[in-house]
Amino acid sequence: MSEQQEYLDVSVWRGDASSGDYQSFRVPEYASQTILDVVSWIQQNADPTLTYRFACRVGMCGSCAMMVNGSPRWTCRTHVKKVAGKDRKLKIAPLRNLPVIKDLAADMAPFFDKWVKAGGRHAPSATRNDPIPQIKPESAGRDAANAGIECINCSVCYAACDTVTGNPDYLGPAALQRAWTIVNDEKHGNRDAVIEIVSAAGGCHNCHSMGSCTLHCPNDLDPMSAIAGLKRLTARNFFKRGA
Amino acid sequence: MLNIRLYLAQRISAMIMVPFVITHIAVMIYAIQGGLSAAEILGRTQGSVFWFLFYGMFVAAVSVHAAIGVRVIVSETTGLRGSALSLLSGASFLLFLFLGARAVMAVTVSA
Repeated sequence: MSEQQEYLDVSVWRGDASSGDYQSFRVPEYASQTILDVVSWIQQNADPTLTYRFACRVGMCGSCAMMVNGSPRWTCRTHVKKVAGKDRKLKIAPLRNLPVIKDLAADMAPFFDKWVKAGGRHAPSATRNDPIPQIKPESAGRDAANAGIECINCSVCYAACDTVTGNPDYLGPAALQRAWTIVNDEKHGNRDAVIEIVSAAGGCHNCHSMGSCTLHCPNDLDPMSAIAGLKRLTARNFFKRGA
Repeated sequence: MLNIRLYLAQRISAMIMVPFVITHIAVMIYAIQGGLSAAEILGRTQGSVFWFLFYGMFVAAVSVHAAIGVRVIVSETTGLRGSALSLLSGASFLLFLFLGARAVMAVTVSA
């Protein structure tokens, strides 16, 4: 005799940049089911027009982040049993703080634009003909650079940040954590320019240290401490240079 | 909205305020033991160069600190930005400084 099938009560945001509303679906519950499984079940079995984004399904690509019951999460690694209460209710929406393209697909352009604006691109300090600089793995700078290097650019921290909500010019936790990685990377060719950018309006000094970024980061990174590092470094530099 | 200059101005003014706030509260608690009238307070503060400088610097630090705080709150809650925001922060600074200086003069300068 098979066990009785249980169902999840799922509200999914449907719409585009201009308008939309939640639509309810009844989704069969399975063992080890993820939020991405739930969304895929709806798209494959209930409504093929549902739009969402995913790629790797194993928490590496950073494509599938959505708001789940009010919190930003990587949906491929979020188990239903972790977030659905006893009432088996789920509310799934596109990432906060980003424009909506359609349904659950948020437009990531502002997020990546700010990542680039914060100086996120690597600038080489040597050519391929130069000897490879020796970096001690145990050096303090390398430690600080390593701390943020596993960022998958899922934008969960950006969606969690209330300062981003209130201040659209603010670069946000991911871009600033990338900047902190770069200013600690001895092989980067233009670290002063990055310090300059994060000291300007919209930079690290707008952070209120609320810590939502660190709380929600699915990779257990700590953007808030990276931003605090930038604040300390820029303040020290300001007095050193007198500029 | 905040750059490093405004950030440092707010942090440094906060640091300046710490001893002022502690002294202000401590003296207040000490002075009211056994009751205190307005005339008694003014008797001690009016004509005092020390209290003039103490509250003068306190008011200056508060004006800088509060004006930058107002700038952040207004910008994040109403979306005001650019020169209008700078005008508002400048006006708040002058208002706080004027009101504070008026109070300092009344309390520390001899009638």
